[in-house]
Amino acid sequence: MSSNIYEGSVPTARLKDTDVYRHTIAVLVDNEAGVLARVIGLFSGRGYNIESLTVSEVDPEAQLSRINLVTSGTRQIVEQIKAQLGRLVPVHTVKDLTDEGPSVGRELALVKVDGAGEDRVEALRIGDIFRCNVVDSTTTSFVFEVVGSSEKIDAFIALMKPLGLIEVSRTGVAAIARGAGSLEPRKPGQSAKKAVNSRAKSAAAAKKASPKRKSAVKKAPARKTTTKKSNAGARKRAAKR
Amino acid sequence: MPRDTPDTRAESRKANGARLILQALQEQGVEVVFGYPGGAVLPIYDEIFKQNSIRHILVRHEQGAVHAAEGYARSTGKVGVVLVTSGPGATNAVTGLTDALMDSIPVVCLTGQVPTHLIGNDAFQEADTVGITRPCTKHNYLVKDVNVLAQTIHEAFYVARSGRPGPVVVDLPKDVVMDMGSYTTAPRGIKRQPHKTYQPAYEPDRASIEAAVDLMVNAERPLFYTGGGVINAGPGASKTLINLVKTTGFPITSTLMGLGAYPASGPNWLGMVGMHGTYESNLAMHGCDVMINIGARFDDRVTGNLKYFAPDAKKIHVDVDPSSINKNVIVDIPVIGDAGVVLKEMLKAWKARKQRPNPRALKSWWTQIKQWQARDCLKYSQTGKTIKPQYAIERLFELTKNRKTFITTEVGQHQMWAAQFYRFDQPNRWMTSGGLGTMGYGLPAALGVQLGNPDGLVIDIAGEASILMNIQELSTAVQYRLPIKLFIINNQYMGMVRQWQELLHGGRYSESYTDSLPDFVKLADAYGMAGLRVTEPSKVDATIKEMMKIDGPVIVDVCVDQKENCFPMIPSGAAHNEMLLGPEDEAGKPISEEGMVLV
Repeated sequence: MSSNIYEGSVPTARLKDTDVYRHTIAVLVDNEAGVLARVIGLFSGRGYNIESLTVSEVDPEAQLSRINLVTSGTRQIVEQIKAQLGRLVPVHTVKDLTDEGPSVGRELALVKVDGAGEDRVEALRIGDIFRCNVVDSTTTSFVFEVVGSSEKIDAFIALMKPLGLIEVSRTGVAAIARGAGSLEPRKPGQSAKKAVNSRAKSAAAAKKASPKRKSAVKKAPARKTTTKKSNAGARKRAAKR
Repeated sequence: MPRDTPDTRAESRKANGARLILQALQEQGVEVVFGYPGGAVLPIYDEIFKQNSIRHILVRHEQGAVHAAEGYARSTGKVGVVLVTSGPGATNAVTGLTDALMDSIPVVCLTGQVPTHLIGNDAFQEADTVGITRPCTKHNYLVKDVNVLAQTIHEAFYVARSGRPGPVVVDLPKDVVMDMGSYTTAPRGIKRQPHKTYQPAYEPDRASIEAAVDLMVNAERPLFYTGGGVINAGPGASKTLINLVKTTGFPITSTLMGLGAYPASGPNWLGMVGMHGTYESNLAMHGCDVMINIGARFDDRVTGNLKYFAPDAKKIHVDVDPSSINKNVIVDIPVIGDAGVVLKEMLKAWKARKQRPNPRALKSWWTQIKQWQARDCLKYSQTGKTIKPQYAIERLFELTKNRKTFITTEVGQHQMWAAQFYRFDQPNRWMTSGGLGTMGYGLPAALGVQLGNPDGLVIDIAGEASILMNIQELSTAVQYRLPIKLFIINNQYMGMVRQWQELLHGGRYSESYTDSLPDFVKLADAYGMAGLRVTEPSKVDATIKEMMKIDGPVIVDVCVDQKENCFPMIPSGAAHNEMLLGPEDEAGKPISEEGMVLV
């Protein structure tokens, strides 16, 4: 038997793959002081690779921030990264957008090009093709604002190089899963596993749109929490001797 | 309001931050705090003076405070509490915090901090405590508002003791501590908090348990490999483990941190596994076909060269920390949950099955193991006029095994000999620095153990180089009349370093000779405690008995053979079946370049 069993786990054979893959990971965290430093410290401390990182508050009321990370590594390393992120106390949820279904990622770049004559005209034409906005212009230079996937931006910059490219400022990738699912914060007292289960169950219940059904489904996680509590209590009682 | 009763109804009554801290600690059931005062924590010390339900133990170095809290926590199962001042107080605690993180020990460390308006101004005794301790703690907090102070402390205790235990730092600026605020009780009592993000899973997946037991009933050469996780899960977990081992009849080995979970006197015990583990346990680990890891983390001291580690084994890994799974070794069946709960579930599932492993296969596995055991890998010869360190520790074990004995160690050869020759039959009796390997751990840890277990016989098996690192804590032992026994295995060298230099660096003993040692007997006298010395093998028993009779702290200077090396040994870069069993083995196999890097 060589498959890892727990829900969401990766089969053993895939873990032994030594190829390097790029993954986009979205992390929902509490917006508390130092949480970004924690995530970056985790990556630098364990030698993981950050290709791009963006962070911003996404829910001011609930005080939640979202970190979008692009990292690369072998299968085993990527699984480790996700586990280590999940272990940080202020982290609600970790989602691997590359693994878990189709996703869309976008990046914004401000590209400054300083050219004259034909180069200047060519730059404008290419900007048009890439659907850029020109956000600054002088008699000799332009600043293009280009939005798209990382590959599109890489391509644009490559084309600008022979035309007088002098500076690039990129934001890093913001990514989101396609479809109707969402990255949910946890409710107090809810473990990651329960959160996954209850999300799936409430998504299924929403489809059925029957109130009786809905409440029955919602009760199930609560019952499990009680069992967990009494077990945890037993453990603590045992520990107290 | 009576000063020393916990006042948990006072949500509308205001008190100063220091008072709130004491109240929160009382509600958490804290009995002892290890600390050292300083400017930033004066208000807290004032409140400590005014109450007497929490006892404060004054150490002589903040590193000692954290190690003492670790010894207290590991021997009692409670959370250890430390109180140190800002700046150098907090930075001195860093080594202890890192040690607690590596060995998963629940410690809450309260550090003082300069007032909030001075943070970032390079004030007197200011340090970026939260920044410095971020990578070496499980979590840390900087409290900026006195009204969340109590709640933060409750949360800190919850994080420290839940899931995989670990150290938590709470940084307390002086103005917050002196400000007036209101107290909040721990949500839902102290046992189970509805924390919004951190909820470790204690109960395993049904499917994982069934898959694991499937492997176990079909095993032909099974092996239990247990670690510190079983100790952290409580004494109940050890009892279930003993039951499971008896029911299945499988052999069992343990890491350094897990010693005592299964009794060394038990019939299925193979001895410790790893770099200095026994011959039979290392070969069993190498040759098994089903390895059941419970609460261990496949540390490099245990696995040796990963390329050759347990090549034919299917591995089951039980751990409460999901990030431990597939970190070093890719396993076949991960089971995420508390060791105690998982052991219970495994036992239930095993009993519910009709199928049992092939009795002939199991019998021949045991026969093979008995052949390995017959090699008697730990044998040494106590002849001549110098005491062998193994002899000293064996005699110590024989004479103390019928008492409620707790052993702490420093780091080095003596630590390995203690693990090999002192046989533990219960959990929470063995306190050592495994993951970080901190020299100077044993003496302060012994103080914490003695405070947590006043009726225990607490012995620190130390090396002469290690014990000097926190020797100042002798004062603490004398001040609080803690009758700890310091059994110094004195070979005048940093033994483990010297052993490696002999093996790898052609016997060039660079800076590993402990020159200018103090006379330990005179040192004991200077500190106001008893000191004994023994140099002859025939006098060892008498000295140990005298040490046990003295009602108070004692130093015993045991002068041992200087050139004795610790065997068996798996040199770094080698596999489990390439063990060195004695000095005659050393000459044969040179260590590779790759191996030298892994020492």
